[in-house]
Amino acid sequence: MPKFDEKPRVFLEEFRVKNAPEDYGLDDETWDFKKFVKKFKIVVVRMDNFEMEFDLIGIQPAFANAFRRLMLSEVPSMAIEKVMIKNNTSIIQDEVLAHRLGLIPLKADPRLFEYKSEEDTEGTEFNTLEFSLKVKCTNSKSQPKDSYRAEDLYENHSIYSSHMKWHPIGNQATVYKEADVGPVHKDILISKMRPGHEIDLQMIAVKGIGKDHAKFSPVATATYRLLPEVTLTREVCDSEATLLQSCFSPGVIGIDSKNRAYVKDARYDACSRNVYRYDTIKDSAILSRVRDHFIFNVESVGAIPPQIIFVEAVKILRDKCRSFLDELNKFS
Amino acid sequence: MNISELPGDDDSGPTCRTYVFRNESHTLGNSLKCIINKYDDVEFCGYTVPHPAESKMHFRIQARETPALEVLKRGLKDLEMVCDHTINLFDKEVKRFNKV
Repeated sequence: MPKFDEKPRVFLEEFRVKNAPEDYGLDDETWDFKKFVKKFKIVVVRMDNFEMEFDLIGIQPAFANAFRRLMLSEVPSMAIEKVMIKNNTSIIQDEVLAHRLGLIPLKADPRLFEYKSEEDTEGTEFNTLEFSLKVKCTNSKSQPKDSYRAEDLYENHSIYSSHMKWHPIGNQATVYKEADVGPVHKDILISKMRPGHEIDLQMIAVKGIGKDHAKFSPVATATYRLLPEVTLTREVCDSEATLLQSCFSPGVIGIDSKNRAYVKDARYDACSRNVYRYDTIKDSAILSRVRDHFIFNVESVGAIPPQIIFVEAVKILRDKCRSFLDELNKFS
Repeated sequence: MNISELPGDDDSGPTCRTYVFRNESHTLGNSLKCIINKYDDVEFCGYTVPHPAESKMHFRIQARETPALEVLKRGLKDLEMVCDHTINLFDKEVKRFNKV
């Protein structure tokens, strides 16, 4: 048995998942903020405007899960909430069309808008965005003789999100550009039509949170998993080494110049327990996960970059604590 | 009011209380429970969402000597500190990543 360093682990054995006997402070230690600060580390692994991968190391699962839940359901974003349909002669039903429009991600930055309260009947420039969609499908003027393709025969036979037109309210035109508030993607297919079909409608987008409706969620996915670890207990050579390599995800096990297997990088291992299928090598590897090392994957829908979504999520939790503290101080 | 006290604890002294949080659930409940359970004086701390259709969270604290209200306040303060530290550290790491 190799010596492990001081990290809480969970072992993936052949027939069970076993917690390590030592918890190293994950369970029953008294709370100490200084100790938490000392242990807690963040590492950014990958980041762009849409996707991000980062590690939270040395944190309680409760906190990691709270951050994930907050990103999914409590960080606000803008989405179409009301659709006024003046005319819809296409084959897609009004309510289905309205639902589809609601799910189109908008580029508008929710931090620049306010929530529209239930009592407000009229939206203001600070809490609503107005869009319209007016498309009519007609026969193409230059009717080709020997083509039966829809794009040759008809005009406007597919409606895309790029057909949506933004109508600034009040001062909005000076503050935002259409590209800053409109749909994130120009090529989202909304409906298909044939000559004679027409869609004419108005849309109102407001700020909301994912708890109310998934369309308000600013993330496509926000997940975490525990860091996988593979430890080899003995030397594995030649044909056994290649067999061992095939038991893990590509890139996890490497084979050196002397044909010996070594653990190259277990981070992206899928944690399948294929090794245990082979009696010759099942004793050679210990599979485990580090219980306080969370690998977060945050994928933004496009309105705000993932690193801001995470910070906003933590801020929401902090503000919750503050408002409850204020209330409790008035308590008695 | 978004927070209130559940009646029925008059006999058990000020150290045992159940608080009802409105519009909260596992996000706050579990992380707060996780901190408060680690306090030395706390005998029991747990939370429940009694019904999924009601957005309420019941939070129970049983301490030995400290009043439950003080324990809850301390928990919220500690959780706030955790959040502040997370934001600062995350911003620092993002800046460092952008530099490289």
